[in-house]
Amino acid sequence: MTHQAHDNSYVSYLDYKGKHSGIWAWLLSTDHKRIGLMYLTGIMLFFVAGMSLGFVMKTEMLSRGETLVDAQTYNALFTLHGVIMIFLVIIPGIPAAFGNFFLPIQIGAKDVSFPRLNLFSFWLYMAGGVVALSSLFLQGGPIDTGWTFYVPYSLRTNTNVSLALLAAFLLGFSSILTGLNFITTVHRLRAPGMGFFRMPLFIWALYSTAWIQVIATPVIGITIVLVIVERLFSIGIFDPALGGDPILFQHLFWIYSHPAVYIMILPAMGVVSEIIPTFAKRTIFGYKAIAFSSLAIAFIGYFVWAHHMFTSGMSDLARIIFSLFTFLVAIPSGVKVFNWVATLYKGSIEPRVPFLFVMMFIFLFSIGGLTGLVLGNLATNIHTHGTYFVVAHFHYVMFGGTVIILFGALHYWFPKMFGRMYNEKVATVSVILIFIGFNGLYFTMFILGYMGMPRRYWDYLPEYQLLHTISAIGAYILIAGILLMLHNLWKALRKGPKAVQNPWGGVTLEWTVPSPPPLENFDEIPIITHGPYEFPEAKGVK
Amino acid sequence: MREATYNEQVTDGTMNIKETNPISHAVSEPHPHVHRDDIGSKLGMWLFLFTEILLFGGLFILYMAYRFQYSEAFHIAARDLNVNIGTLNTIILLTSSLTMALSIAAIQKGKRILSMTLIASTIAFAAAFMVNKYFEWGAKFAHGIYPGSSHLLEKEKGEIIFFGLYYSMTGLHGIHVMVGIILLSIMFVSVWRGKTNPDKFIILENSGLYWHLVDLIWIFLFPLFYLIH
Ligand code: HEM
Repeated sequence: MTHQAHDNSYVSYLDYKGKHSGIWAWLLSTDHKRIGLMYLTGIMLFFVAGMSLGFVMKTEMLSRGETLVDAQTYNALFTLHGVIMIFLVIIPGIPAAFGNFFLPIQIGAKDVSFPRLNLFSFWLYMAGGVVALSSLFLQGGPIDTGWTFYVPYSLRTNTNVSLALLAAFLLGFSSILTGLNFITTVHRLRAPGMGFFRMPLFIWALYSTAWIQVIATPVIGITIVLVIVERLFSIGIFDPALGGDPILFQHLFWIYSHPAVYIMILPAMGVVSEIIPTFAKRTIFGYKAIAFSSLAIAFIGYFVWAHHMFTSGMSDLARIIFSLFTFLVAIPSGVKVFNWVATLYKGSIEPRVPFLFVMMFIFLFSIGGLTGLVLGNLATNIHTHGTYFVVAHFHYVMFGGTVIILFGALHYWFPKMFGRMYNEKVATVSVILIFIGFNGLYFTMFILGYMGMPRRYWDYLPEYQLLHTISAIGAYILIAGILLMLHNLWKALRKGPKAVQNPWGGVTLEWTVPSPPPLENFDEIPIITHGPYEFPEAKGVK
Repeated sequence: MREATYNEQVTDGTMNIKETNPISHAVSEPHPHVHRDDIGSKLGMWLFLFTEILLFGGLFILYMAYRFQYSEAFHIAARDLNVNIGTLNTIILLTSSLTMALSIAAIQKGKRILSMTLIASTIAFAAAFMVNKYFEWGAKFAHGIYPGSSHLLEKEKGEIIFFGLYYSMTGLHGIHVMVGIILLSIMFVSVWRGKTNPDKFIILENSGLYWHLVDLIWIFLFPLFYLIH
């Protein structure tokens, strides 16, 4: 290990020697920090894999006709890209990696409630990843249904749909267990004095997310199982030839998959609520409003699923109701954005790297959110449905929202997790590259979609050429930025300068323990006497 | 009083000292602090049961939607099911829930052998349920009523769906019964070895909760498939 040189007064979780040695010291560890780190490694690897697929797709779209791959391969590419990015990157993303690492520390606990269950979730995650990837190479070939697995096509195609579905099932199970663990931990293991309203907002976000994981995921679980069973035994439930109704599949699918977008975004919003007070040196504005808006999103998020199906066939009344709820769910998100901005007002802002990511997030996510209203509106939905407009929209919210904050969280907590610091100048350059590349890549897609470019096509008409070229160039800049960022972090991991305990002047509990934290986080469980974001500087002003 | 009974029962030497001594635990495990939280475990179990209900909930929604769409055909198809076997199985499962609850009460009172007997009878009931199920499904198969069979495909679409739902819902429930059998066998050994004892019976309680859920789901499946005509 590279971390031998710390002062000898404590053993960090990285150096700790347990019963097992070598790789098993990690793979069999029940320490929440090691598990978090393993998740992080897996997630980053899968992200790079998904990004490479995106790279191939954009290169294919660089010019008309067959540039790099044929049509069937393109189908497989976007499906795999979607499956990897959704099920293996952003759903586990922040909760599994940073949640595992920081949830116990931020509430002053030594670990989660069920450490072994936690390890089991991680194994399920790895098993899901392996099954998903093996579906690529086994007979039958990579799936081509799109990440949504819509029936009846997913019943008819000869590709490895069952394997990919099994992977999704395992990943869902892993997600349920993590959620269950987090809820119990928040209820049972808060340090003395830490009432619910003294919890950091990241914990509130994780707590709301955990509820969604527990409530929504089983529904997709059973749906997936039924599709597998349908393929094996033709029971007819989703097969129109036997009397089944494919629309019911869509309903069940989105009953999970829409709340799932809040599984993706809520933890990111939690991280934002951590980073902003730290770099504005001010207590968060509207703590309770932000906390409750997380719960509100978790709740209203259940009643909007059918907005993915406005053109699938539904009564007008149902469409109007779902459209209304779709508008309503935007309110709590808006509440958060205004509270964040209000926190910055008159703060002493230090625009360090994590903060830059947050700024980028607010910008990109606002665009994503506002274009969501265009899609949520019945009339405009008819025009933009199934076009690149949708592709641009969900990349703005998922990538510009969650993944950007995943990067931000990585830069915020990197010194804490590894006890080393990265080069901030290089990191800033990568932030700028990512920002430019991102907008080049996806903003053009809004225009393309508005002009009528359909999604999931591998070819296009000549009038779209210019915008597709700009979009591809944007993709290259974006990917360059991400690679630069990863390289910078990798270098810091190997030989970055030692990080101090509290490089940003944060006040939540993780900054009161050494970097990297010792095995059991705290020598003595802290006693909490005040809210999470009380800065000494700010008190002095009063 | 309670202590004494308990101690008598664990003197057979099978009790693992290391398990109960936090200090010796500390040296060998990567997790020095041994943390026990019965309320936490129960909370976790309730959450898990909640996910189970939602898992079946998806199927119940499908049942509802299709019953609405094909009420006529459902009506006809349900006549093919054997109400007697269904009723018998209901009685079996209800009784097994009783023995399960009693086994927990027994261990709380320190009556180890009684508790083991009750767990064993719960397992026996569960096995009887599965045997019945086997004959029931077997008879259906013999009549050519199974997913994808040519006989079934000749029938009306609603009937195909009815049997599709019947097989998936009772099948999933059957899998849960089998998991229950495994779980209860582990519990049997655990009580036998003294790992589950009057001071520490939370796992047995949680297994009991699971078993009651399996029972409860059947209570809904039974009328929906066998009784409503
Ligand atoms: C790293 C750079 C990325 C590039 C270059 C990229 C590019 C693309 C492209 C070209 C498509 C296909 C559009 C179409 O033909 O319909 C696509 C689809 C998609 N992308 Fe990305 N993407 C990237 C990152 C991400 C991230 C971070 C996520 C999620 C977190 C994501 C999620 C998806 C999803 C869900 C689809 C839809 C797949 C389907 O239609 O089934 N992508 N992406």
